[in-house]
Amino acid sequence: MKLPAKACHARTAGLGDMTMESADRRYGRTSRRPDGASPARHGVTRRGLLLATAALLVTTSGVNARVVTKVLPWKPNDAYPVAPVVPGGYLFFTASEAAVVEAFVDRLIPADDLGPGAKEAGVTTFIDRQLTGPYGGHDWLYMAGPFSENPLPSQGLQSELTPRQQYRMGIAALEAYCKATFNRGFAELAAADQDKLIAGLEKGAVQLPNFSSKTLFTAIYNNAIEGFFADPIYGGNRDMIGWKLVGFPGVRYDFRDVIDRPNQAYTLPPVSLQGRPAWGER
Amino acid sequence: MARRLPRKDVVIVGLGWTGSILAYELARTGLDVVALERGPWRDTASDFNIGTAPDELRYAVRHDIFLRPKQETLTMRNNPSQTALPIRKWGSFLPGNGVGGAGLHWNGQTWRFLPDDFRIRSHMIERYGQGILPEGNQIQDWPVSYDELEPHYDRFEQVAGISGKAGNIKGKIQPGGNPFEGARERDYPTPPLKQGYAQSLFTKAATEMGLHPFPRPSANISMAYTNPYGCSMAPCTYCGFCEWFGCANYSKSSPQTCVLPALVREPTFEARTDCEVTKINLSGDGKTATGVTYVDASGEEWEQPGDLVLVCAFSLFNVRLLLLSGIGKPYDPASGKGVVGRNYAYQTGSGALGFFNDAKFNPFAAAGSLGVALDDYNSDNFDHGPHGFVGGASITSAHTNGRPIRYHPTPPGTPTWGSAWKKAVKDNYQRVTNVGAQGSVMSYRNNYLDLDPTYKDPLGRPLMRMTFDYQPNEQKMANWMAERCQEIVKAMGASSTKLNRLGVPWSVVPYQTTHNTGGAVMGNDPNTSVLNRYLQSWDVSNVFVMGASAFPQNAGYNPTGTVGALTYWSLEAILKYLKSPGALVSR
Amino acid sequence: MWLRTLVLLLPLFSAGSVTAGPDNYVDIARGKALVIAGDCAACHTAEGGQPFAGGLALQTPFGAIMTPNITFDTTTGIGSWSADDFARAMQEGRRPGGGHLYPAFPYPYYTKVERSDLDAIYLYLRALPPVENRVNRNTLPFPFNIRLLMKGWNALFFTSGTFKPDPARSAEFNRGAYLVEGLGHCGACHTPFNAFGANQNDKYLEGNQIDNWTAPNITNDPRVGLGKWSVDDIVQYLKTGQNAFSLASGPMKDAIENSTSEMPVADLKAIAVYLKERGAEGPPASTPLAASDPRMQAGEAIYVDTCAACHVRTGTGVAHLFPKLAGNVVTTQEDPASLIRIVIAGGRAAATEGFPTSPAMPSLGYRLSDKQVADVVTYVRNSWGNAAAPVSEETVRTLRAKVTGAAPGE
Repeated sequence: MKLPAKACHARTAGLGDMTMESADRRYGRTSRRPDGASPARHGVTRRGLLLATAALLVTTSGVNARVVTKVLPWKPNDAYPVAPVVPGGYLFFTASEAAVVEAFVDRLIPADDLGPGAKEAGVTTFIDRQLTGPYGGHDWLYMAGPFSENPLPSQGLQSELTPRQQYRMGIAALEAYCKATFNRGFAELAAADQDKLIAGLEKGAVQLPNFSSKTLFTAIYNNAIEGFFADPIYGGNRDMIGWKLVGFPGVRYDFRDVIDRPNQAYTLPPVSLQGRPAWGER
Repeated sequence: MARRLPRKDVVIVGLGWTGSILAYELARTGLDVVALERGPWRDTASDFNIGTAPDELRYAVRHDIFLRPKQETLTMRNNPSQTALPIRKWGSFLPGNGVGGAGLHWNGQTWRFLPDDFRIRSHMIERYGQGILPEGNQIQDWPVSYDELEPHYDRFEQVAGISGKAGNIKGKIQPGGNPFEGARERDYPTPPLKQGYAQSLFTKAATEMGLHPFPRPSANISMAYTNPYGCSMAPCTYCGFCEWFGCANYSKSSPQTCVLPALVREPTFEARTDCEVTKINLSGDGKTATGVTYVDASGEEWEQPGDLVLVCAFSLFNVRLLLLSGIGKPYDPASGKGVVGRNYAYQTGSGALGFFNDAKFNPFAAAGSLGVALDDYNSDNFDHGPHGFVGGASITSAHTNGRPIRYHPTPPGTPTWGSAWKKAVKDNYQRVTNVGAQGSVMSYRNNYLDLDPTYKDPLGRPLMRMTFDYQPNEQKMANWMAERCQEIVKAMGASSTKLNRLGVPWSVVPYQTTHNTGGAVMGNDPNTSVLNRYLQSWDVSNVFVMGASAFPQNAGYNPTGTVGALTYWSLEAILKYLKSPGALVSR
Repeated sequence: MWLRTLVLLLPLFSAGSVTAGPDNYVDIARGKALVIAGDCAACHTAEGGQPFAGGLALQTPFGAIMTPNITFDTTTGIGSWSADDFARAMQEGRRPGGGHLYPAFPYPYYTKVERSDLDAIYLYLRALPPVENRVNRNTLPFPFNIRLLMKGWNALFFTSGTFKPDPARSAEFNRGAYLVEGLGHCGACHTPFNAFGANQNDKYLEGNQIDNWTAPNITNDPRVGLGKWSVDDIVQYLKTGQNAFSLASGPMKDAIENSTSEMPVADLKAIAVYLKERGAEGPPASTPLAASDPRMQAGEAIYVDTCAACHVRTGTGVAHLFPKLAGNVVTTQEDPASLIRIVIAGGRAAATEGFPTSPAMPSLGYRLSDKQVADVVTYVRNSWGNAAAPVSEETVRTLRAKVTGAAPGE
């Protein structure tokens, strides 16, 4: 059985896809967006209004605020799940970019005798979908200028580049470097050469044309770890293989049994936001 | 031009712990109270649904429930000679946003500061002489004593249902509790949480070393509880999703679980969310607040007149609002004059990881405040003479979570990627435990807050500038503490250890702690404090400022217990003020 | 305290025949208590509207009926009604001109209310500020818009006449009966309807589905009714919205918040005594599904991973917050609507003075498929001593469409 996705009107958070409503709600500045668009306020849907019972959601005397008084707001079906990533194809990467990322993460977390790696976990799809969402554009971050030429290391992120730009420019630079050096793209290199190159990027020993090698390494590395261990709903950690590797039981939300049995191996299978196989077919 | 709304008796800026407590207690007396909150309303069932709440990427990594830096951030530098740049992405600390504030996403460690902490300057000089005080310090005694705060600590613990074990009831030391704590009138409202395997090793090792371990006081509560406001809580299930998350099963104390259900029933209370207060308005002579100006979700500006303005935002944003409103003289480190922004302080973190040959710590079976702590090295519970530093730390064995994006410890020397990394991650997930030291940070002339000359928020107001670094005193203290942690974790049976010294210079990049204190400190001298001992502004008597911004310097504990106690302490004064408005302490 | 309340209040309801005279503090106060007991505001107040000014659309199987304005506005309310007019409407379902009211207005219950109480209600409503609010009273489609049809309906299903106490029963029982069968109109929700929208008197209080919620069996049946609840349990439930067995949500949440939580404990106790002593009627016991049934196995996995963090692995729940599921009669009603809709859409429990928390069950419809909802509900209905018919995927699909507003199969 397929989950009747539309029959459930719970709105989705814009973390893994292009849906931005919830993100905007959290930002709480919906109508200050430059395009002047005014998305639905806190989950107010037509149905929400029809079914709202005692929850007060009133606009008084022209104030565009949510006013809460007398009762705790509540509406049926009110939930903010993320939209599950549907694997297949890429929304941001070109096919050749995806091939580079796939080869790269396959070296960072390889499949080996301990089990599948980042590639099998769907990490490339994870990164692709993350880049299409607010993360990819640094939408939530402070991105106003001026940008300093020589920030202190302790001042953290000071680049004007968004993750989308980092990937687009960084992969192009890496490919240009590989073509010039090996006469082949990164994905076509032998694993040992890829490893050597990745190590060079990490240390900043390899100079890419017009792009910081450390920036590219850090972006892919951080996202690969995220994609390997984040909930499978985001497209990575397929079949919870990252969690199974370390023995993280996922989102069970109740470990009273574990705390009662110290120093004992945990044996139940992990659970993701979308459940586990024993829940039966969706 | 702001449009004017009908007057309210009380205008509250920010609806977190302090705002919700004051709103409830004042609305209960029949006053008309409005709370203005710049973030959204948040509710357990809709926002922390069990099928969405335990999501590490969304909350801990992408910061879904935190203030978007795009809306407001700070600029930062380590010392006044540098140029501050904006904290574009949160790292070292993570300010909350929305109803519940930091009280929603906290871990839940709920401490009382020690009696000595409140008179640390006098105490250290009395015991060690002036020479013990570090260079450039502006350490000052609190204007309130532990004994004065005790009933208010108790009140907050009762409202929050805190789980713990008393160590000192009316002067009588209680076995199993913290023998160093100040005398308390009674025990915690609920018994301590259960502890994990690492904590049993820690308790045994520390006890054998002559130290005094005890379960740390926790707002992840151990049993079903109904608080004095009638609000009900459930037992913690050790799910391991506390800090940076909302709790799905009503087991973490928060405004949502402990105050809001009672508050909204008060007929004279209303909350307006998605409304950002931009300024506290003053009368012509600058001595009285007439209300606040705020901007609603559509960008429309409103004036909300009110007789009493209670500033209840996160500590950093309290300070900024005072600076933007011209309440109190801004601090100038060059002259040492001025008070707003003075004595900003933070917290140190150091410790040691222990790698065990054969252990199953099950780090995921955890709670934000699960853990066993000891105070033998905190405050002045030990002889500082040989060490040459001021301050101390609470030392704790804890697992707060086993969420694998951020928690996959590997031994020193492990490659950062590849098969060897993968093997180390797999092998060590169950075999590593940490003993950590959370330490005090004193106040210094050059650690302060002011308005940034360059960077602005989307409303065109200057961002606040943070100038901060860990001074030699804190470095010495924290690194000494790391060694103590290492001794303990070795005694617990670790086959190898990794010492975590204090990272310097202070950097915004790795998460450290959201215990930002000071900037609007309380004191007995208007030349060195923004607020009098009742958290009332020296300059504008109908403005009270809550929160950790009032701390003259920070102690070796999490701040929320003391923030809660100060709120009830101030409430008592506010009720007096209402009967006879005016300065509660004359300048 | 209870005793004193009892002594104080009994005379109010048995006061002699006082016709509506000049405003009278005592009668108005009595009227207010009666209006609370009858929860008149629940139907006669529109969403966000003025109290008693009407305009709420009541959904009936025959179409929507807009509730009238019962404030004393002369043109749009009942300002021109006499006390006799009011009594006639309440007792006979007839308007001053003789026109018929629809029994969505529960006059088959109100007919049992004594005239002196009706007069007190009249006085109270008259003392409230009149609100001008014109309500379209003719929203039913043909042929149900022909009010004369109600004459036939009344002949078939309506027995007029005030409450007759049973001399063989205690005063407390009779008082409970007067409240439940009269103003309280409990049976309007808790008794099944026949095809004509009349309560089936032979199944009185045996449970019904209302607004896609299960109004459970409230006879003293030990399995699906109140048999396991003591008188005090019932009183606590009506007063605070919760007891050791259950937390109120759905329409009962509103009934408790607006009505029973505000009623004197003595009245609640009388209601409880009546419900406990009146009798027990329920379907025959079923045997629980085998734990090896695939539906039970999937249901258990879902329960352990999703529900147990609140409702506890053994179904015992947590006091004041998470309803007990083991032995909770809501789980074993023949009609599983409430269980299903709470899993899909969530539900908020009652907030009362003593227990303001009003915990909410999170909506899980986005997370669970129809089959998964059916399985977890089936598991809950057949575990820890519970036994009830399994729930089908089809039942869930139909109800999901109703509670989420989506067409089935969409």
